[in-house]
Amino acid sequence: MAIATTTSPSHHEEHKDLRVWGLLTFLISESLMFGGFFATYLFFRGSNEVWPPEGTEVELLVPTINTIILVSSSFVIHFGDTAIKKNNVKGMRFWYILTALMGAIFLAGQVYEYMTLGYGLTTNVFANCFYLMTGFHGLHVFVGLLLILGVLWRSRLPGHYSATKHTGIEMAEIYWHFVDIIWIILFTLLYILTLF
Amino acid sequence: MTLEIPRNQPPGKEATIVVSGTTHHHPEAWKWYHYFTFNVDHKVIGIQYLVTAFLFYLIGGLMAVAMRAELATPDADLLDPNLYNAFMTNHGTIMIFLWIVPSAIGGFGNFLVPLMVGARDMAFPKLNAIAFWLNPPAGLLILASFFFGGSQSGWTAYPPLSLVTAPIAQSLWILAIVLVGTSSILGSLNFVVTILFMKVPSMKWDQLPLFCWAILATSVLALLSTPVLAAGLVLLLFDLNFGTSFFKPDAGGNVVIYQHLFWFYSHPAVYLMILPIFGIMSEVIPVHARKPIFGYKAIAYSSLAICVVGLFVWVHHMFTSGTPGWMRMFFTISTLIVAVPTGVKIFGWVATLWGGKIRFTSAMLFAIGLLMMFVMGGLSGVTMGTAPFDVHVHDTYYVVAHFHYVLFGGSVFGIYAGIYHWFPKITGRMMNETLGRIHFILTFIGTNLTFLPMHELGLQGMPRRVAMYDPQFTHLNEICTIGAYILGISVIPFTINALWSWIGGKQAGDNPWNALTLEWTTSSPPAIENWEVLPVVSHGPYEYGHDVQPLAATEAST
Ligand code: HEM
Ligand SMILES: [Cu+2]
Repeated sequence: MAIATTTSPSHHEEHKDLRVWGLLTFLISESLMFGGFFATYLFFRGSNEVWPPEGTEVELLVPTINTIILVSSSFVIHFGDTAIKKNNVKGMRFWYILTALMGAIFLAGQVYEYMTLGYGLTTNVFANCFYLMTGFHGLHVFVGLLLILGVLWRSRLPGHYSATKHTGIEMAEIYWHFVDIIWIILFTLLYILTLF
Repeated sequence: MTLEIPRNQPPGKEATIVVSGTTHHHPEAWKWYHYFTFNVDHKVIGIQYLVTAFLFYLIGGLMAVAMRAELATPDADLLDPNLYNAFMTNHGTIMIFLWIVPSAIGGFGNFLVPLMVGARDMAFPKLNAIAFWLNPPAGLLILASFFFGGSQSGWTAYPPLSLVTAPIAQSLWILAIVLVGTSSILGSLNFVVTILFMKVPSMKWDQLPLFCWAILATSVLALLSTPVLAAGLVLLLFDLNFGTSFFKPDAGGNVVIYQHLFWFYSHPAVYLMILPIFGIMSEVIPVHARKPIFGYKAIAYSSLAICVVGLFVWVHHMFTSGTPGWMRMFFTISTLIVAVPTGVKIFGWVATLWGGKIRFTSAMLFAIGLLMMFVMGGLSGVTMGTAPFDVHVHDTYYVVAHFHYVLFGGSVFGIYAGIYHWFPKITGRMMNETLGRIHFILTFIGTNLTFLPMHELGLQGMPRRVAMYDPQFTHLNEICTIGAYILGISVIPFTINALWSWIGGKQAGDNPWNALTLEWTTSSPPAIENWEVLPVVSHGPYEYGHDVQPLAATEAST
């Protein structure tokens, strides 16, 4: 009974924290959902003479600014990761707050774009694709934002994250990069390619 | 397998394991009500999957029997055609998404994979439980859809039909499939991470049981294909409810895109239903034939080959949808190529049986039955994989015959074989062999009687998915219906056997079949954390007839 032993919370052999691998596997899977949307879009693009159809003018200014913000936020979040690996929780918080802000600005820009565009979800097949794809991506940015806020919330606890303990931070960062990569493809397809 | 490594940590205050002499805080096994709760133990989850899936099998089976009763006569005199369509659609949906996939992957995979690789649980136990609990609501959504007319468009939900019949029911159907799809993605990522990273260090890759190789390949396939189906279904949902026109040709949409998205998932889905079964076969056959499996590596790699090639054949379901000639050519060839790794497996099993000391247990009977029926189904598959022939029989009963030979004669037989084989491990009790034989004979006769005549019906041109048919087909249809009744009855001895044996069957002991894979080294049913001391692998999993001693964990450690 009362044998003095180091009481470990886990009663069996520890195994490595595998959550990052889980997330990576999940993201590979999820990128195929976007793949399905991209393929659909490309199919329509290839089978229509005029693309986007008459009357759907793609607005470029706001999305381009948005793209620059989102892509730079991937670097910003990485600084946060570097900071925590040097045990610098304050620095990590700074960069993560900045990332969250940039993400929020991106979303706001998207909402602004939706409100000012001359067409809606049901206008034509291009508009269908446009809103569905950007909307789904926006949803992912939102989830990423929640992850970052979660990290920030937890980082208030002293010692919660450190140079050796930062899986949550890493996961938020990986997810954010994923969202970013998907956006670059989306931006290319939905905006840049329509110029040609 | 001998056991050497003591646990490197003394039991802490939450210790769950009995270490001889010391007290412990948890029972060795779960109480019955733990099986109805959000439990994170992979074994509980495996049983939850198996039992829930079996209940859905009974529901889907009742629908099938009702349909066959309708088809006993050429007229639609028993079911109203709309109800027939709803039964047809949801029968297929339930059998695929709520019976075969969840029991073969979720059920056996969860119960066995950690035990077979020497882990205490899956990599993400909570995620695992979440994945399971997405299934019951999906089933309820499907059943609820009957109150809104029932989805009518077949399990493929092709637009435009799915866009014009029963919109609410169809939306519920879509949500249900998205739920099971999510479940399968979460489950699969868990399997991949568990198999890749949680093997006991002493197990080399060529000592990984073939079932785990199969689950690995299955999971990769599910991870890559399921999201594409989700994409297609989301588009369909938007078309149904939010006024988009992705699949509405009159508004610039295109229905063939849906077919591509759908089959990019659903062709691989047929491997989701058969690869785990192949895994079960590779475990059952060597144990009951007392011989090492023939061509371990060939069988392991052929799973991976099927997984890769399987991603490139989906268009063979669309040969008749205006597919251009070069595509037909490409997909005919790629389809025929899949038959090669499949054949490799079949030959591996036959060669294992050859000259073996075969024990005709119920598990073995189902495995041998599977071999015979799956070869039939595979051959009719190859005929249809060639575009010129497929154009002729597409959407006839020939297709129905084919996929029931592979799905019933293959997947369902395999699930039965797996249950007879692992029941002693899962419950600690043996199943009754006499009832098992009766079950096998009824199922074998029933399956052939139901589905063999369908080949002929298809060749003669009877279309599938209709409640009424030309009277010239009556005779063969009567035979099919009798077969279906026998199949319906065949479930009874099985259910009785399972329930009765679970409660009062003969005690099984740790290793009733004298098998060599790791799951048999622990107690039956396994203790909560699988082993008191993790096993050390000292030989391959199939070295039957060689001079190795199958040791049970308890024997070695006490
Ligand atoms: C050598 C292996 C196989 C080949 C070459 C093959 C080929 C085919 C082809 C060409 C079709 C389309 C027929 C048509 O609609 O005109 C088909 C349908 C089907 N196959 Fe297979 N198959 C094989 C194995 C399997 C397996 C293992 C399963 C499942 C366990 C399966 C399940 C199905 C199903 C469910 C359908 C019907 C889909 C529908 O509703 O239209 N097949 N098969
Ligand atoms: Cu196929």
